[in-house]
Amino acid sequence: MNPYVVIGAGQAGMQVCDSLRKSGYDGELILLGEEDSLPYQRPPLSKKFLTGDLDRDRLLFRPAAYFDKIAVDVRLRTQVESIDRAARQIVLGDGSTLAYTKLALTTGTRVRPLNCPGHELDNIYYVRTLTDSEMLLQRLASTERVAVIGGGFIGLEVAAVARELEKQATVIEAQERLMARAVSPVVSDFYAKLHRSRGVDVRCSSAVESIVESKQGLLVNLADGARIESDIVVAGIGVLPNSELAENCGLACNSGIVVDEYAQTSDPHIVAAGDCTMHFNGFLQREIRLESVQNAVDQAKVAAATLCGQPQAYRQVPWFWSDQYDVKLQMAGIGMPFDQYAVRGDLASQAFSVFYFRDNTFVGADSINRPAEHMACRKLLTQGTTLSVAQAQDIDFDLKQLAKAG
Amino acid sequence: MPKITFVELNGERKECDVACGLSLMEGAIQNGIDGILAICGGSCACSTCHSYIDDAWVEKVGPANDIEDSTLELALERKPSSRLTCQVEVTEALEGLVVHIAQNDS
Ligand SMILES: Cc1cc2nc3c(=O)[nH]c(=O)nc-3n(C[C@H](O)[C@H](O)[C@H](O)COP(=O)(O)OP(=O)(O)OC[C@H]3O[C@@H](n4cnc5c(N)ncnc54)[C@H](O)[C@@H]3O)c2cc1C
Ligand code: FES
Repeated sequence: MNPYVVIGAGQAGMQVCDSLRKSGYDGELILLGEEDSLPYQRPPLSKKFLTGDLDRDRLLFRPAAYFDKIAVDVRLRTQVESIDRAARQIVLGDGSTLAYTKLALTTGTRVRPLNCPGHELDNIYYVRTLTDSEMLLQRLASTERVAVIGGGFIGLEVAAVARELEKQATVIEAQERLMARAVSPVVSDFYAKLHRSRGVDVRCSSAVESIVESKQGLLVNLADGARIESDIVVAGIGVLPNSELAENCGLACNSGIVVDEYAQTSDPHIVAAGDCTMHFNGFLQREIRLESVQNAVDQAKVAAATLCGQPQAYRQVPWFWSDQYDVKLQMAGIGMPFDQYAVRGDLASQAFSVFYFRDNTFVGADSINRPAEHMACRKLLTQGTTLSVAQAQDIDFDLKQLAKAG
Repeated sequence: MPKITFVELNGERKECDVACGLSLMEGAIQNGIDGILAICGGSCACSTCHSYIDDAWVEKVGPANDIEDSTLELALERKPSSRLTCQVEVTEALEGLVVHIAQNDS
């Protein structure tokens, strides 16, 4: 029998391999990755790793010995060029071919590049890969001023690190508020205040017109006429799914590789998981593309189960976190869009949660320095426990007890 | 380097050298200990690095911190000796520590 092949050696790819072995698949298993590192954690790349306090070895999910132990043939620096579904084989960058019995696509995403005039200049950085982050880390040492384009999670985390390293930092966001896609205005406003109080120049509703080189470094020209002087630009303006391999071999794609609740693509021999999928999410009961550790791991487990002929539907509650300064944001469920919300706790003390409701149903919550509430929410959402707006905002109402009661 | 003994779910004891400054979770992973998943990479968000500190050591290792205490709510079977291993830093004082891996795979 030909091997099972996993394309993309990131978090989802590693998890597919791990789960395949745990489910008892004992045939040949090959994990192909174009990067030059064993699978590693990306979250620290815009957080602790940028402060220089974390060795690159500590980013690895598992040491090399682990892959030997579970008999996974990991081939790094190996790019997959194309998939021939009829022949059930893939073509590698060096022209060689590899036949497969089953295939898992865990190709992730890549950064969306800037496209304004000046986007090709030196001193413009992105944060997706270890190499990206290492280059930025190195450059930060000789940098005074950082202009961050994009006020999403990654941009804001980079701005927070820049301030912790005592650099000047500006955040330029095109939308009228920060993290607009993921959180409510209450949370956006809280974060705008937080960053300003730490000395970040936060500019919302600011489109970048162009970037030009000047004697002192870079000049970022904004549509409102403002000019931001900086030594470097860090862009965090979203990602694009790596779905070309799938598209080019005729698999259904729609802003991501389309899969069903079982991580199955439109080809019965091919599954897909992680950031690259536009998937039917059983918990949300709709199609969505999620970019999170939770999704990479849980969906990869579902994909492996499907490959082993033990299908289990993907129903896990989404969760996510973001660390900015000493403030921890934890998200449970998907709060957007919502028609009602409730704030529990005190914004001024930097410890509160915002609960979101749609059609009187509790759909998600953002917790700021409130881990116990975040965990209770994950339980409530998993169990489908009813929670009212009044209960959510009543600080004396015992959420933990409700979560325990089920 | 302190010697730490990890007891896997099947009862197998593995004595490992773990460098000071690493977390117990990192020590377990580097030494190929089964049963620690650590999917959040030590961000105290997943509770899949749950273990029990051996009774003789509970006091010395100390209780869970605030965030950890909440995250432990997700653990499958929490006990008074429960800790998230990503939140325990290895120091010389832990020479000889015994850690029992909990059920982390649901
Ligand atoms: C800076 C940063 C911070 C983050 N912070 C958080 C956080 O705080 N919390 C959270 O939950 N999530 C966070 N995330 C998101 C999380 O890291 C991702 O959701 C997760 O890594 C997705 O895993 P994946 O395996 O789907 O994709 P990836 O990790 O992107 O892995 C895909 C791999 O496939 C490879 N590949 C693609 N095409 C090919 C090909 N043709 N041939 C060979 N190899 C290929 C890629 O090179 C890549 O290595 C963060 C991400 C970044 C970048
Ligand atoms: S590794 Fe996730 S909580 Fe310890």
